[in-house]
Amino acid sequence: MTSTIVAPRSPYSRSPRKNGVNWEKWGWIYMRVSGVVLIVLIFGHLFVNLMVGEGVSALNFAFVAGKLSNPFWQWWDVAMLWLALIHGGNGMRTLVNDYATTRISRGILKSSILAAVVILIVLGTLVVFTFDACPAGQPADLLPTFCQAV
Amino acid sequence: MPQNSAEALTAQRKTTSRRPAGTLYRGREGMWSWVLHRITGVAIFFFLLVHILDTALVRVSPEAYNAVISQYQTPIMGLGEAGLVAAIVFHAFNGLRIIAIDFWNAKHQRVLFYVVIGLWVITMIAFLPRHLINVFSH
Repeated sequence: MTSTIVAPRSPYSRSPRKNGVNWEKWGWIYMRVSGVVLIVLIFGHLFVNLMVGEGVSALNFAFVAGKLSNPFWQWWDVAMLWLALIHGGNGMRTLVNDYATTRISRGILKSSILAAVVILIVLGTLVVFTFDACPAGQPADLLPTFCQAV
Repeated sequence: MPQNSAEALTAQRKTTSRRPAGTLYRGREGMWSWVLHRITGVAIFFFLLVHILDTALVRVSPEAYNAVISQYQTPIMGLGEAGLVAAIVFHAFNGLRIIAIDFWNAKHQRVLFYVVIGLWVITMIAFLPRHLINVFSH
């Protein structure tokens, strides 16, 4: 322990940091900006998938294939994927910092969160952009109707 | 943080007043909105992990995706979806309340909590009947 003890009643100050990026500040801003965008994206997602038509009962491969063959919904879903996972991961990081009491548990939990976020972002992005709405050799009644024209 | 014990004691005494000053998060609406924001946030995060994995099954085969998504169409999962939407809607509106408090001021935070609850009720009234009919009539 080589830290110096400051004089009593000296004003509180953060340890001096030389020209570093204030990541906590940008995280704080990110939560608010992404939160507002996510309200639009997720409310739209819920409305189209749960409210229009027969809602959750109408969901199947053909429904998703119809959406994901449209670039508009591809980008909608990818934006939602990235924004929501990073927003959620950062939120979980805050909880771990608050409630995990030892350095080692914080390390394990935050590494797990980071791994989950990175793996799912990569997986989800690959799924959206490599998706085939009309996979060969599949029964036609499971595929979207536009596959019959191919 | 090692603090002078006498000083800490005074600070403690100061905060035992009925109206704690300088914090939004101790007691009543400010605290409960914070608690709910955390609980709903964690619930939504874990659903999100599962939801990305189940959607990724479209890349495996139509049968695989349909088999899993049909699990979401059972009555019990239908009620779970109602709970999920309830959590998302609260988290969304309370998030806007937090932004209003941070960028504007906290004078109206208590009223805004009831605005959040009101908007949540209205949204759920618009959502629930339609969703429950979709779940239970198929």
